[in-house]
Amino acid sequence: MDLAFTKEDENFRKEVKDFIDKNFPQKLKDIDKRTDLTREDMLSWHKVLYKKGWIAPQWPEEYGGTGWNITQRYIWDQECANAGTTPLIPFGLTMLGPVIIGFGNEDQKDWVLKGILSGNDWWCQGYSESGAGSDLASLRTKAEKVGDHYIVNGHKTWTTLAQFADWMFCLVRTKNDGKPQEGISFLLIDMKTEGIEVKPIITLDGGHEVNEVFLEDVKVPAENLVGEENMGWTIAKFLLGNERTGIAGVARSKKAVERLKDIASSEYLDGENLINDSDFNSKIADLEVDLTALEYTELRTLAKESKGEGPGAESSILKIKGTEIQQRITELTMEAVGHYSNPYLTPAFERQGSNYLTIGPDYSHGVAQNYFNTRKTSIYGGSNEIQKNIIAKMVLGL
Amino acid sequence: MDFSFSEEQTLLRNTIQSFIQDNYDFDKRQAIVKSEEGMKQENWKQFAELGLLGLPFSEEDGGLNFGSVETMIVAEEFGKGLVVEPYIQTVVTCGGFLRRASANIKEKYIPGIISGEDIWAFAYAEPQGRYNLNDLTTTATLDGDNYIINGYKSVVSGGPWANKFIVSVRTAGGQRDSDGISVLIVDKNSEGLSIRDYPTVDGSRASEITFENVSISKDELIGEEGKGAELIELIVDETIAAICSEAIGAMKVLNDATVEYCKTRKQFGQPIGKFQVLQHRMVDMFMQYEQSVSMTYMVNLKLDEEYAERRKAASGAKVQIAKAAKFIGQSAVQLHGGMGMTDELNVGHYFKRLSMIENSYGNIDHHLKKYSTAG
Repeated sequence: MDLAFTKEDENFRKEVKDFIDKNFPQKLKDIDKRTDLTREDMLSWHKVLYKKGWIAPQWPEEYGGTGWNITQRYIWDQECANAGTTPLIPFGLTMLGPVIIGFGNEDQKDWVLKGILSGNDWWCQGYSESGAGSDLASLRTKAEKVGDHYIVNGHKTWTTLAQFADWMFCLVRTKNDGKPQEGISFLLIDMKTEGIEVKPIITLDGGHEVNEVFLEDVKVPAENLVGEENMGWTIAKFLLGNERTGIAGVARSKKAVERLKDIASSEYLDGENLINDSDFNSKIADLEVDLTALEYTELRTLAKESKGEGPGAESSILKIKGTEIQQRITELTMEAVGHYSNPYLTPAFERQGSNYLTIGPDYSHGVAQNYFNTRKTSIYGGSNEIQKNIIAKMVLGL
Repeated sequence: MDFSFSEEQTLLRNTIQSFIQDNYDFDKRQAIVKSEEGMKQENWKQFAELGLLGLPFSEEDGGLNFGSVETMIVAEEFGKGLVVEPYIQTVVTCGGFLRRASANIKEKYIPGIISGEDIWAFAYAEPQGRYNLNDLTTTATLDGDNYIINGYKSVVSGGPWANKFIVSVRTAGGQRDSDGISVLIVDKNSEGLSIRDYPTVDGSRASEITFENVSISKDELIGEEGKGAELIELIVDETIAAICSEAIGAMKVLNDATVEYCKTRKQFGQPIGKFQVLQHRMVDMFMQYEQSVSMTYMVNLKLDEEYAERRKAASGAKVQIAKAAKFIGQSAVQLHGGMGMTDELNVGHYFKRLSMIENSYGNIDHHLKKYSTAG
């Protein structure tokens, strides 16, 4: 057991830090990272990393990974968070990539992985349905094999960033008898196929991230099936395990706590800076202690993973604690800005020609929207209640 | 001891409930919020016709001479409808100041409120002041028969709709002294007053107001010069009592909606309300609501008590309501799942309003300190 960084680690840190400083797109530094990013904005950092060969540190080297050990991956995540880089779109890199590496055929490994790495293919996740949320296995979107095609009919929802997607990996029902889990298959669907309609869902913070996707007689070539027919549930669970690991977001939460402290150092309470108020300060301390615990829990999970174990049910701990901490940070940040959390300064209003940006301190903009938006984290990727059920069953054997 | 409502009070509640039913279902509310003005003048006229705008004023001033319990009933029912029209700002807060003003001021301004002609807003917060009502850098200096006001007021709730403001200013003393604070009436059209309006996250509107050598007659002073702090604190406590009442109305809607949703939403072959972990969460929501109702009744019955008693009642109620607002709001969204996150469903909008109530007129930390030092 050893917590220290080696000299090589420190050199590595310097190398990646320099690279980020020099290559993170200038344009992304100057715009509000939270709102109004275009598809091109979101992909611009991806393309820089692809060129450098650093786009998929979590993949095996032979498929385009970096060959970094877990310490290096940890350092990389930390430096990206410190520099405030735009988060990479996870659907291909974190979710589908490992599935294709584990379950795809040679042809799929070729075209799918290439498209993910280059950023040419934007993927979205066709999992949830209006009747199948926490109970994902009850999904009803149906795929019928007709000749060398599947004909897909149904309705997916909460599909994040589907408005930008070229492709969707989709769970479909291919068999109706037996246990619901046994009749599910994993299909890759071209979003340009006739019969697909994407409708936006506006969330309570006013943003457009999620969508409904309607599929009517959508023709999908049979070779777009991943793994065997009716083994989709195994793949789905494998994917969700990976999704949960990434969801902890420790490095970014650390950065958000730093930002919270900066805000609390600029705000006043009875003529003193808010950060000096013992009530507020102990709330930040409490948060930092929880975040430190999560950091080491994540490192222990990563260490296990690097030995080829997991991610098992422990990833549910990362999901629950990670999202709770993210939510508390947004809560405290909103508390810190006080009255100025209330102005609703949307890009739409700015475009109407009013200079809303001059209302309140810069750091107060979007703080409430961020708090509202972050409520989703304890719902998506398997709600936190479901994660607790997983731990109860899989870890505690209850 | 009696916590029941009189026949007259029940009648008042029924009146507001039918107003909400007819004019304020969720779709209509959203249309109002999204309209250019952000409120509906027609509704304001109806408030006047129903007598609501004259509720707390004495009969002598042309009002109905009702007390805090009636105000509580109105605010609670408005909370259920997420009403955005600035009733509390105009009638409870600014009306509260005017009721305590000189006969001249009463005569000049109260009829305009009761008739629905005037809308008022209270400009008190400043960027550096957080929730300390005495932390004021906006100044007024007497020049002959006029006060000259200079300074800046933040996030003035209902500001865009108001044509009159009540403004807290410093006429003497240091930045956070309780002595030297005065309360002035300022017309929106005063020369030197500039205003920027914007929407707020809870569906309302607010303004930033800059005062640059705004000159008003010294007759627009409420109370005694330099002795305004006590009055401001009293009016803010009355406002807190009304906001708590609004909050329990909003909480009730969220709790009912959540229970109903969990009874009908099926996952794993059964209504999700059958899962014990969700049942316990809903029981906690229910208990938080009941505790909040208790504190809201309590504060509304103690507004006329001596200072320490009133201070503890108002701060205590605000703490309970803020805790419950957070817990119920967050839980309602969580139990509605993805649906709770949408703009389309009303749940998120109640959550947003409750989130803003949590911090308005002082957050939990602020009121715990006030409570513990009340004596």
